Amino acid sequence: MADSHTMPEAKGHNPDTDGSLPPEGELESHLQAKHMVINMGPSHPATHGTVRLKVELDGETIVKIDPEIGFLHRGFQKSCENVTWTQCLPYTDRLNYLSAMMNNFGFLNAVEKLIGLEIPERAQYIRVIGSELHRLTDHLTCVGATGLEMGGFAPFLYGMEARELIQDRVTELTGARLTTSFGRVGGINRDLPDGWADKVRKTLTRTEELLAEMDGLLTRNRIFVDRTKGTGVISADDAIDFGWTGPALRASGVAHDLRKAHPYWVYERFDFDIAVGEHGDNYDRYLVRMEEMRQSIRIIRQALDTIPAGPIIVDDWRIALPPKPEVYGTIEGVMAHFKLVMEGIQVPPGEIYDATEASNGELGWYLVSDGRGRPYKVHVRAPGFPVLAAVPHIIEGKMLADLIPTFDTINMIGGEVEQ
Amino acid sequence: MDRVSAHFPEAVVERYVDRAGGAWAVIHADSLPKVATLLKNDPELEFKLFGSMDGVDRLHLAENDPRFEVVYILYSLKRNEHVRLKVRVSEAQPVIPSLTPLYRGANWWERLVWDFYGIRFDGHPDLRRILLYEEFQGHPLRKDYALRDRQPLIPERPIKDIFRGPGTSGHS
Repeated sequence: MADSHTMPEAKGHNPDTDGSLPPEGELESHLQAKHMVINMGPSHPATHGTVRLKVELDGETIVKIDPEIGFLHRGFQKSCENVTWTQCLPYTDRLNYLSAMMNNFGFLNAVEKLIGLEIPERAQYIRVIGSELHRLTDHLTCVGATGLEMGGFAPFLYGMEARELIQDRVTELTGARLTTSFGRVGGINRDLPDGWADKVRKTLTRTEELLAEMDGLLTRNRIFVDRTKGTGVISADDAIDFGWTGPALRASGVAHDLRKAHPYWVYERFDFDIAVGEHGDNYDRYLVRMEEMRQSIRIIRQALDTIPAGPIIVDDWRIALPPKPEVYGTIEGVMAHFKLVMEGIQVPPGEIYDATEASNGELGWYLVSDGRGRPYKVHVRAPGFPVLAAVPHIIEGKMLADLIPTFDTINMIGGEVEQ
Repeated sequence: MDRVSAHFPEAVVERYVDRAGGAWAVIHADSLPKVATLLKNDPELEFKLFGSMDGVDRLHLAENDPRFEVVYILYSLKRNEHVRLKVRVSEAQPVIPSLTPLYRGANWWERLVWDFYGIRFDGHPDLRRILLYEEFQGHPLRKDYALRDRQPLIPERPIKDIFRGPGTSGHS
């Protein structure tokens, strides 16, 4: 591809490129400004993912910006189409490595709807708890990194402390820190460990303290407010037109949350509010994320208090692996186990589009099954994709310094955007 | 959907409901812009949020003529529902009118479908590949593109006015 940006010819004398000394007095007269193209990335510390930004600058003003993605592309769809439905789960984890369980459960929810399967109530509660824990880690990282890149290291450390605590709980639950692969078609992998609920309650209390610290350090901080308020502004109409969802859309004043709009699992039993912003700028996106974390803590507390006893996966050997004593002791158990592992779950032919509210917005799945044990088509609607597509619209004509907070608060995730 | 059928009866090829109750409509490619305009601008409908889109290669499905399907997911905040549209195109003439003039959100999705399936969008302002590089041959999500196909590395592109730092030969 020919580079779409061409350097305009420098007009007149240019002290940066000409070898000769400038005439007497010119260095003091004014700052030389010329059009220049710079590359941010592909792995710039402020881009939260592998993305190359071709930025054309006039002085400090961004004339044109062209985000180029695809550096992390790993053939997600093609990989899924060549393994069984269950084997897709590790791939879905890696879409957004900070909220693996949400991607995992979102995919499973779509598969279960395609089968027409109702999962046990306890499994639904555990899915809600897992999702909200990972919403917390995702937002903590985003807000912490935003603070860091605006020059505040302490909020980042507080965010990391809270994230570490939550990830310890996630490790106890799932056995893995980042890529959990915790869900199974028809339920989840394991039940809650003994005494885990109390540990989580303590962790949430500590997280609330740390959130208050971050809030105190950032929300009224002069530098932070000056750099985020009124920058990266997008109106509600534009955000909708670009297909924005999640915290980025809500910061523009649209109270749209799939947990309320189309409740899935047991979300309608919990009492929580949708955080809504007003101006659609970076500051509002930060505030919305802070409030969403408090709401997530509320949801987890209610879920832990009301979780019912019962099975965590459906009792159907065509979908879930049989219990180990059955596998080792009966021929039916061995056969069911063998068929599930070798052939995969037989999802009846059909198609579906289903979406859940992931940490950055609507995580949609368009699935097609031809009934042969493997997905025929797996399409993921990553929430970051339309958000990133709108960056040229909101940043062109603004200052280079505004690009950093904008990129922080839209929270572009390479893994899901680039599939 | 009833409204679309009432307005443009000739535009709708087929309508059905999937297992989870989602409504689908298959639209003629030529009528896509006017159907989408109605869905977006009708005050009763207001499907303003461009949710998603993707292609499907139906090569190995029982019903595979025409070969490609392009799926559009639109969302209405007012009615709180998704609408799912489909357009079918043949391999010989994979061209669909672009929705980018109507929805700015369609821009990157159409580039994605072009990149992966080789379906062109008539009227798109900037139809480049999005995830793969320009020199890439073929469209990898087509079912006849082999899973383990490899493509040679491409030579470095010539870039004007590049300055390389100390320790290099200076110019590429």
